[in-house]
Amino acid sequence: MRIAPVAAILLRQWYLLRGSPVRALPMFAWVGIDIVLWGFIARFLNSVSAAGINFTTVFLGAVLLWDLCGRVMQGLTTAFLEDVWSRNFLNLFASPLRISEYVTGLVLASIATSLIGLTVMVALAVPVFGLSFLALGAHLLLFLAVLYGFGVALGIMASAMVLRFGPASEWLVWPIPALLSPFCAVFYPLSILPAWMRGIAHVLPPSYVFEGMRTVLDGRPFAPLPALIALALAASEIALAGYYFVRVYRRAVRTGLLARYSAETVS
Amino acid sequence: MTARSEHPAGSAAAAALRVRGLRKSYGEVLAVDGVSFEVAPGEILGLLGPNGAGKTTIINTVLAVLTPDSGSIRIGDLDVSRQRSLALARTNFAAVYASLPGNLTVAQNLNFFGLIYRVHSLRHRVEELLGQFQLEALRDTKCGVLSSGELTRVALAKALLNRPRLLLLDEPTASLDPAAARDTRAAIRALARHSDCGVLWTSHNMYEVEEVCDRVLFLSHGRILLAGDPRSLPREHGAPNLEELFIQLAREPLAKPAERLA
Repeated sequence: MRIAPVAAILLRQWYLLRGSPVRALPMFAWVGIDIVLWGFIARFLNSVSAAGINFTTVFLGAVLLWDLCGRVMQGLTTAFLEDVWSRNFLNLFASPLRISEYVTGLVLASIATSLIGLTVMVALAVPVFGLSFLALGAHLLLFLAVLYGFGVALGIMASAMVLRFGPASEWLVWPIPALLSPFCAVFYPLSILPAWMRGIAHVLPPSYVFEGMRTVLDGRPFAPLPALIALALAASEIALAGYYFVRVYRRAVRTGLLARYSAETVS
Repeated sequence: MTARSEHPAGSAAAAALRVRGLRKSYGEVLAVDGVSFEVAPGEILGLLGPNGAGKTTIINTVLAVLTPDSGSIRIGDLDVSRQRSLALARTNFAAVYASLPGNLTVAQNLNFFGLIYRVHSLRHRVEELLGQFQLEALRDTKCGVLSSGELTRVALAKALLNRPRLLLLDEPTASLDPAAARDTRAAIRALARHSDCGVLWTSHNMYEVEEVCDRVLFLSHGRILLAGDPRSLPREHGAPNLEELFIQLAREPLAKPAERLA
């Protein structure tokens, strides 16, 4: 892994953000709207519920963490799509740039952009709606690591899908977090789900995060095994997504799709 | 001269590009059919042929964005299939169909690709190329608003960023006015002479080919039909000039010219 080519991918993202404020807006606009919406919902539920649940932490914390995961995925995919939109594949892949360097650059770009989103979310949720992560303690770092890892895996997988199926498949990518959220049990315990949905949830690292978050907030101990499973799942899903990306890339080189990418198919 | 393979004498060990038995098909369509040739250091080789002859397929395989069905490609002493990154580090290209990102400025594009090619003293190199291609006034202009001639100059500047040992130019002067095209030809010729850079040049402008290329290969249906000096080939084959020879070769069925010209 060489630093300069990875830095090139990051530099390109910086140039694009600096040159077009419109690109910066989605980093915090949608997450800001989510925080405001769920902040008021949580405030309302706190005022009418006698269950003793702190909805601000349960709902707003969950929204914040789930949005973060989605921002990581979308940050990575958007950085990849910049090359699709500007028809830059030939210039990039006919250069000494290695696939590992390209993907690492995309991952770092997405981490950087999602951190901006996270800052905005925390800046809104903590002072305005009284969200406190103190109750989560050191577990928060573990939860963030798992969600970042899963977001990266989703982003690489989504980029591979666009590379495999052409620019028009972009529309398949954006709804992925929404499609997965029911399985990840963001707002409810896993036990609510039917058995087949729980089966899927068990291979999705965020389900362990949100289950763990509720466990910690209930004052119960969060066992180390689910945490290890979540980390291991996130790491293996990143590896799997990377493997799929490389396979798709090699296929595109073999069939000629990469050189004629805008045609979407070589047949 | 053979019809299927062309190797300049004495260049075997030091070829900037060596292609052997290159074959590529897209489904049932055979795009390149067992092509072999070399580009010596400092040589400008013209790759000529009608549309669909296989020129771009050859360039794409050399650039490793297309895997050949069989055959080998070596850039210097590096095998492209096994040492892709190292081989491409000493290569660069400019093509009309590979424009640089329009949402970056001229200087940003050169900085971006300069990092990818790990160019030493990048800032100095970028300034040098901005001057060489008269792009100083456009340094902060986004490439998407440049004229096609200006874009070509930026693409050529990018192609020279890493001081390549092999340069692939697919119709590099297609969008340039005659004066700019002449300057570009002179710049590429000077580059080939002074840096020992081998150049593979495709063009449909036969005047340009005669002026620039040391040798040419005529391709048709993925095969090399003819090879030689562009200034003497027409006379040797009874054509008044290179353009007429091109038209004759492009119009004749595949088997006949191969038999007649071999």
